[in-house]
Amino acid sequence: MRHIISILLENEAGALSRVAGLFSARGYNIHSLTVAPTEDPSLSRMTLVTSGSDEVIEQITKQLNKLIDVVKLVDLTEGPHIERELMLIKLRAEGEARAELLRLTEIFRGRVLDVTPTTYTVELTGTGEKLDAFLEAVGEGAILETVRSGTSGIARGERALA
Amino acid sequence: MSMELTGAEIVVRCLRDEGVEYVFGYPGGAVLHIYDALFQQEQVKHILVRHEQGATHAADGYARATGRPGVVLVTSGPGATNAVTGIATAYMDSIPLVVLTGQVPTALIGNDAFQEVDNVGITRPCVKHNFLVKDVRDLALTLKKAFYIATTGRPGPVLVDLPKDVTAAKAPYVYPERVRIRSYNPVTRGHPGQIRRAVDLILRARRPVFYTGGGVILSDAAEVLTELVQRLDYPITSTLMGLGGYPATDRRFLGMLGMHGTYEANMAMHHCDVLIAIGARFDDRVTGNVEKFCPHAKIIHVDIDPASISKNVKVDIPIVGDVGRVLRDMLRVLDATDRSPDREALAAWWRQIEEWRAMDCLKYDREAPVIKPQYVLEQLYEVTRGEAFLTSDVGQHQMWAAQFYKFDKPRRWINSGGLGTMGFGLPAAMGVQLAHPDALVCCITGEGSIQMCIQELSTCKQYGLPIKIINLNNRYLGMVRQWQEFFYQGRYAMSYMESLPDFVKLAEAYGHVGMRIERREDVRPALEEALAMKDRLVFLDFITDQTENVYPMVPAGAGLSEMILV
Repeated sequence: MRHIISILLENEAGALSRVAGLFSARGYNIHSLTVAPTEDPSLSRMTLVTSGSDEVIEQITKQLNKLIDVVKLVDLTEGPHIERELMLIKLRAEGEARAELLRLTEIFRGRVLDVTPTTYTVELTGTGEKLDAFLEAVGEGAILETVRSGTSGIARGERALA
Repeated sequence: MSMELTGAEIVVRCLRDEGVEYVFGYPGGAVLHIYDALFQQEQVKHILVRHEQGATHAADGYARATGRPGVVLVTSGPGATNAVTGIATAYMDSIPLVVLTGQVPTALIGNDAFQEVDNVGITRPCVKHNFLVKDVRDLALTLKKAFYIATTGRPGPVLVDLPKDVTAAKAPYVYPERVRIRSYNPVTRGHPGQIRRAVDLILRARRPVFYTGGGVILSDAAEVLTELVQRLDYPITSTLMGLGGYPATDRRFLGMLGMHGTYEANMAMHHCDVLIAIGARFDDRVTGNVEKFCPHAKIIHVDIDPASISKNVKVDIPIVGDVGRVLRDMLRVLDATDRSPDREALAAWWRQIEEWRAMDCLKYDREAPVIKPQYVLEQLYEVTRGEAFLTSDVGQHQMWAAQFYKFDKPRRWINSGGLGTMGFGLPAAMGVQLAHPDALVCCITGEGSIQMCIQELSTCKQYGLPIKIINLNNRYLGMVRQWQEFFYQGRYAMSYMESLPDFVKLAEAYGHVGMRIERREDVRPALEEALAMKDRLVFLDFITDQTENVYPMVPAGAGLSEMILV
């Protein structure tokens, strides 16, 4: 099962590689990983999407907690949460396709960031599923390039990782 | 305003203020400032090894024998990479080490400078934590953190990488009394509710067994464990790492369990209804096939490392906490209850265990004309009256030592259990001998293992370490040979040690005493003669049976009840 693990870690050189190294050394999956400093510059917030049986996820959270640089973590998928991913996508947009791509972008609540006579560059945010659906809708032939940020997540309501 | 010191002086002052007695190391360009600072004081003594692997193993042996952290100092590049095997050895067995490595000056880091290697990167998977100090003002606090992390919680090695310019720069010296790390707060006290549940289950057991590991030693919990086991009168078995945590000469002790464990220990595990795991981690060499592990048992697991719990085997009552503290809490719960174990069920269980024990699974051919390795260990046990510190290398000799030398006290059996590092025994013995100068320290080894760190014979000469080396020389990499006999139809690929040196001459060349023992009747007199030479290192080269195997054996993939008995 897919899990979103949110981690507060010391904003120190090498902290990211400790997490990444743990996953490769123990053979755990990483679907995506995002990290950036928080409002407290001594801390970074990492969102890591992984999958595995309950036993594997339990080991992952225990092993992460064992890392000295990890201050706190939470498995967001254990409770109600919000997740978002940002995608930038460059589309081949010529002739009749231009209008159709624009419509699709509107339907998916995307924004066109850059226009040339032959291309659109679109920004889209949402869950990974929504981004996948957009890619499906525009069709492989139109896609010149995609960049995805990986999932970021946060718990709903009062619950906070701080 | 406190006085300004150089980084090198700060390192040495920190070691002094930490109460460090010995540093095991080897100099080189990047650590010359530190060596210069060491040279100008007398409190912290430096032991010069002959290879950096020896430094880490010696510090490790010192730590295992004393419970205090071992300290290592090596230079950048090859100095550090040579130390990695020893760091990984300590990591796998949770031994507290502080390893100081030299590094090229900060301005050159990343430039492929001479003797540069990414020490923090290379060691990351085999340390509890590591640091690169880039500013001399962080140095003292970082060293304090290193000692704190290495020695608390589940102990382990911590590496501090020291660029040369940092050791030259100056800063005021203040060694913090205490250190707090917001992201590191090891749990020591077990959950009281879980402890009560555990005691309740323990008292309801009809076929209980204690399964104890290295955590008992690390937590200095041998005494309280002994009290608990004797009060309950339950059987107890121990892992390779846990030997000495409970007196082996007590009748409740079933011997070691696992791949080369005793029949009675493994059968008790297989048939028990309550398994009480204390400071042990369900290693594959202990469990055999986990699908067949303890099929009838409810499992209680006490460990300071939450990640060790339910990692390999799902447990019913997990207790995270310091082993000694949890055991004391269990005793208090027992004190407060008037319930006691079911004596009748327990008597039947003991009768069953005695039947298993009567199989005498460690029997061997005592009449054989050749020297049986087991015989050497039995004789060593008798001659030393079980009082020696034994270090060991890795292989058949290690298993025989674990089976035949009965350890009644903790910290007397010092071996590489988790990583299985050949070459560990001799340098580890140096650390043990330095920690206990008047004690008898024996290194149990074989002609394969001893050659992996044989250069340390020179260190032993320099510091006058009167270690007794018991070389069980069967002219084979015995454990490899045994597996090739069992599982590769006797195709002995590369397991014969050709062109062996004359160990007697070799020992003499290093300035020690060498003895070669080829006849069974000479074993005991040779041991007595060697032990009488209290101030000399004696290398006893026992020419043993070439094809003896370690029994019993649980083959890989089998359950604990499926042992090969002889």
